[in-house]
Amino acid sequence: MEKFTPIESRPAPLVEVGIIGWMRRNLFSSIPNTLVTIFTAYMLWIVLVPFLNWAFISSDWFGESRHDCTSGGACWVFVTVRWNLFMYGFYPEDSYWRPNLAFILLIAIIAWLSIPNLPFKKWVGIAAITIYPVVAYTLLYGGFGLDVIPTHRWGGLMLTLVLALIGIVVAIPIGILLALGRRSEMPVIKMVCVIFIEFWRGVPLITILFMASVMLPLFFAGGTDADKLMRALIGIVMFQSAYMAEVVRGGLQALSKGQFEGADALGLSYWQKMNLVVLPQALKIMIPGIVNTLISLFKDTSLIVIIGLLDVLGMVRQALSDPAWLGYPAEGYLFAAFMFWIFCFSMSRYSIYLEDRLNTGHRN
Amino acid sequence: MTNEQEFIITLNNVNKWYGQFHVLKDINLNVKVGERIVICGPSGSGKSTMIRCINHLEEHQEGEIVVDGVVLNNDLKNIGQIRKEVGMVFQHFNLFPHLTVLQNCTLAPIWVRKMPQKEAEAIAMKYLERVKIPEQANKFPGQLSGGQQQRVAIARSLCMNPRVMLFDEPTSALDPEMIKEVLDVMVELAQEGMTMLCVTHEMGFAKKVADRVIFMDAGQIVEENEPQEFFNNPQSDRTKLFLSQVLGH
Repeated sequence: MEKFTPIESRPAPLVEVGIIGWMRRNLFSSIPNTLVTIFTAYMLWIVLVPFLNWAFISSDWFGESRHDCTSGGACWVFVTVRWNLFMYGFYPEDSYWRPNLAFILLIAIIAWLSIPNLPFKKWVGIAAITIYPVVAYTLLYGGFGLDVIPTHRWGGLMLTLVLALIGIVVAIPIGILLALGRRSEMPVIKMVCVIFIEFWRGVPLITILFMASVMLPLFFAGGTDADKLMRALIGIVMFQSAYMAEVVRGGLQALSKGQFEGADALGLSYWQKMNLVVLPQALKIMIPGIVNTLISLFKDTSLIVIIGLLDVLGMVRQALSDPAWLGYPAEGYLFAAFMFWIFCFSMSRYSIYLEDRLNTGHRN
Repeated sequence: MTNEQEFIITLNNVNKWYGQFHVLKDINLNVKVGERIVICGPSGSGKSTMIRCINHLEEHQEGEIVVDGVVLNNDLKNIGQIRKEVGMVFQHFNLFPHLTVLQNCTLAPIWVRKMPQKEAEAIAMKYLERVKIPEQANKFPGQLSGGQQQRVAIARSLCMNPRVMLFDEPTSALDPEMIKEVLDVMVELAQEGMTMLCVTHEMGFAKKVADRVIFMDAGQIVEENEPQEFFNNPQSDRTKLFLSQVLGH
């Protein structure tokens, strides 16, 4: 009998390598491609160069007033002079360390949880959802010997972060429960969840905020004056959990029926099945959708300006109307945009990193 | 031993409908401890539905199913009790892709049987050795071939130390070269005396290990017999036609 010998694998052929090869293949492969490349380069040249010149090369960064802006470019003095206002709102200056400390603690916790192979992850995680909120609340608001700083003095980036973080942290679990409820076989639970989701999803956030600040107090008898920020937060959380629920439901539906049956056949209870088998997989599929919702939540926080709370964008807009600083809208809005962009872009990169790390090479 | 204890699974006049479609019609089946039963029949005949009713993946509407002395009704406690004792292997394996092979095997013993992790892992390794893939324990299911995945699925079920194993077309989704490695494991299991109900088209397997072959069509049991008689001397013309088509090439 003839013996079968497989042909040995050979390395793939080297195409043109190096930067010239790459450019020839990708930028100048045909005449239309070359034209597009040249046109794009020209557009970049006429837009980017003046912008970079305005924003960095001939710009002013430090000073006291508008008279320090002499070089004709961007007047970043507008931002640097009000840096503290943009960051903390009207929070008392001698207490800036309190939000700073809360923020540093938060960063430390996130770093600890997201760097692989660090020990005690479970305990840090538990502390993050039990102890940290108390600590952060005490630091920001007061109590335990710290002066109380009422929430109407909070503002700027700090307020943006507080709203976004609490919104995110509370909306995710509520959203998961709502999604599970919507897929429940128990008709009452299902109906309650469907009504809740469809109600909050059908109303614009701005209406909800308005209702929370103006209408809600009318329904209560005098004296029950819940904090304005608290009311806004509850509205945001309700609104976002409805959106989150639909994202989670999408993830649950993407999972094959076999996963549910596999868990059932092994005798796992409903909650074991969800926690150990379904949600870990569904949440992984949902990462892009969840992060998308979180990013939009982060940006939506600036709507609270309509109930008189000033987030980072609100503070910038207020500064723009200052008679001593008229005429710097570009700098102001660019700064606000940049602040939002940094956080949203980080979230987006982190989600890509997470997807990569959780990828076990197979979906079922 | 009384008659009732002798049968580990009893199906008594079981009927099931999907909407208006009558999928199972007056099914009667008694399974003795240690019995190996192969169920065959054309697709859509209700054979998978029947064995899926036994661990309540499908709900029957009429009749009675008793598994290991527990009556299967809508009581969650009874369903849980039965699922603990009944292992199931699926056509598409249904392994959990986010867990390693070892974690797949220890999940149910740890959470359902409340076994300590060390003990569960020792048992899992024992069964992974029995299905001849202990070296894959720390890989993810997605990194294994179909045949290996199905063997992991068998080991995963065995880790719960079930009294009955249900197989729902365990080789139908496999490449031809991998069918044998899975069948070998199943034959071994049968020879050790495991009670098995197996929906399959592998007639060789049926001839080799089955105590009884059941032929189903249109939601009912058409014929059941010992394999020898079943293949050589089928009673119903429907069975004859089926066998001529399955064995004819």
